Amino acid sequence: MITGTARLKLSLRGVVKEFGPNRVLDGIDLDVSAGSAVALIGASGSGKSTLLRCVNLLEQIDDGYIELDGVDISEPGRDPNPIRQRIGMVFQSFNLFPHMRVIDNITLAPRKLKPLARDVIVARAMELLDRLGLADKSGAYPDQLSGGQQQRVAIARSLAMDPQVMLLDEITSALDPELVGEVLDVVRDLRESGMTMVIATHEMAFAREIADAVHFLDAGRIVESGPPAQVLGEPREARTREFLARVVKAGRL
Amino acid sequence: MALAATSTVVAVGLVVWLVPKTSGWQNVRQAFFNWAVFRRTFGSIAKAFWFDVQIFLWSAPCIIAVGLLVAMARNIRNPALFPLRLLATLYTDIVRGVPVILWITMLGFGAPALLQTREWYGRFIIWGSVALVMTYSAYVAEVFRAGIESVHESQRAAARSLGLSAGQTMRSVVLPQAVRRVVPPLMNDLVSLQKDVALISILGPIEALRRADIWQDRLFSFTPFVAAAVLFLAVSIPTTRLTDYLLSRERRAMSGTVVR
Repeated sequence: MITGTARLKLSLRGVVKEFGPNRVLDGIDLDVSAGSAVALIGASGSGKSTLLRCVNLLEQIDDGYIELDGVDISEPGRDPNPIRQRIGMVFQSFNLFPHMRVIDNITLAPRKLKPLARDVIVARAMELLDRLGLADKSGAYPDQLSGGQQQRVAIARSLAMDPQVMLLDEITSALDPELVGEVLDVVRDLRESGMTMVIATHEMAFAREIADAVHFLDAGRIVESGPPAQVLGEPREARTREFLARVVKAGRL
Repeated sequence: MALAATSTVVAVGLVVWLVPKTSGWQNVRQAFFNWAVFRRTFGSIAKAFWFDVQIFLWSAPCIIAVGLLVAMARNIRNPALFPLRLLATLYTDIVRGVPVILWITMLGFGAPALLQTREWYGRFIIWGSVALVMTYSAYVAEVFRAGIESVHESQRAAARSLGLSAGQTMRSVVLPQAVRRVVPPLMNDLVSLQKDVALISILGPIEALRRADIWQDRLFSFTPFVAAAVLFLAVSIPTTRLTDYLLSRERRAMSGTVVR
């Protein structure tokens, strides 16, 4: 893992995404240096999820470009599959494959896409499960697990492809409060291992603790960016202050 | 469990006790449930029934394969392959809209008449089966399509986000879930096919229905038809029950808790 000087891992310039008449992303500029964690905050509908889906090429952007390691990955006509293998994504609603056991959920993509022997892939998946405290769940089906366990499996499924960037899309929003902690522990662990991450979240305290930079999105634009202490502690923009006041009222800070 | 058993015994008991008391029962029994006729005709009808089973056995896998292909063609999202999608849509619309018996007559008599050959592909039976495969694959394609569309978009997103191609996603993630969901309606169509196989009798071969018909002419009894019906039931009921059982067993294995 390369650390030290702020080598750019991911870079968005003027990214626009429209759904019909709705401009969901309205000229996004965002830089993520290798090994750093960036938090995206903002109300529902502000464009956080769409931003992540665009980076993972699940949505095609209408203007601007997205670079991964200095290469434009958003060019139309480029095969998205090899790029997606380098970008892991975890979803709010887990999206595990319900017809497969935990171990098969994790090994499906490596088995199809990596030139490794099956037993090597399975052994590495077991290591991952062990690291996430799920070693005894490898034979279970997703429906037999708690939400927190399911989300940890989803993280393991992404990690099994050895991604260089992880996109986390409100991964604790669908969890009972007492299950949030176990998932955030995993993210902390990832952070310590030097994984580059873009995290869309409603957990302000967590964003403050883990992120190198926080970006506040409103109506498809990044309104305010900076270190967490500044954006969350002394926001300069009125809209950021309004949003944070609502969050405090809801008891999430 | 005990409650279900008691209520069943009472209901069946009432039917068995009341029906013979109706006025026309003796005549009905003579015509439809004549044990001597049944014993005399059952063997030869069963032998003819083997013919129905054979047609079913080679048609069903073809139907499932063609139906699956048509369903996938109708789900193609690549704009360059739109003609394929259009073709699949036309196929289901046209084939489904014409009665099965019309397809069997048209192809079963028409194709051999055109081909004029003694080779295997000039036989009525082959073209009768083709007609069955055509019509049923159109129905089955719609069942599969409903199943494919019922798999939530987020499942595709998860698979694609890992780097799997559209084809790999379809094979490993969407289809396995879709097929599990449509097994009951699929069985519905297969049970229906198993009966419609008898329609091939209009092309001339002596299968169970035709054999029963011949017996009926000779013995002036409808019992041979009942014998044929028993044979059809003997196949369809166990298969349906078996699939139900396998499905529920799998569901229990995957979920852990079952809500009553």
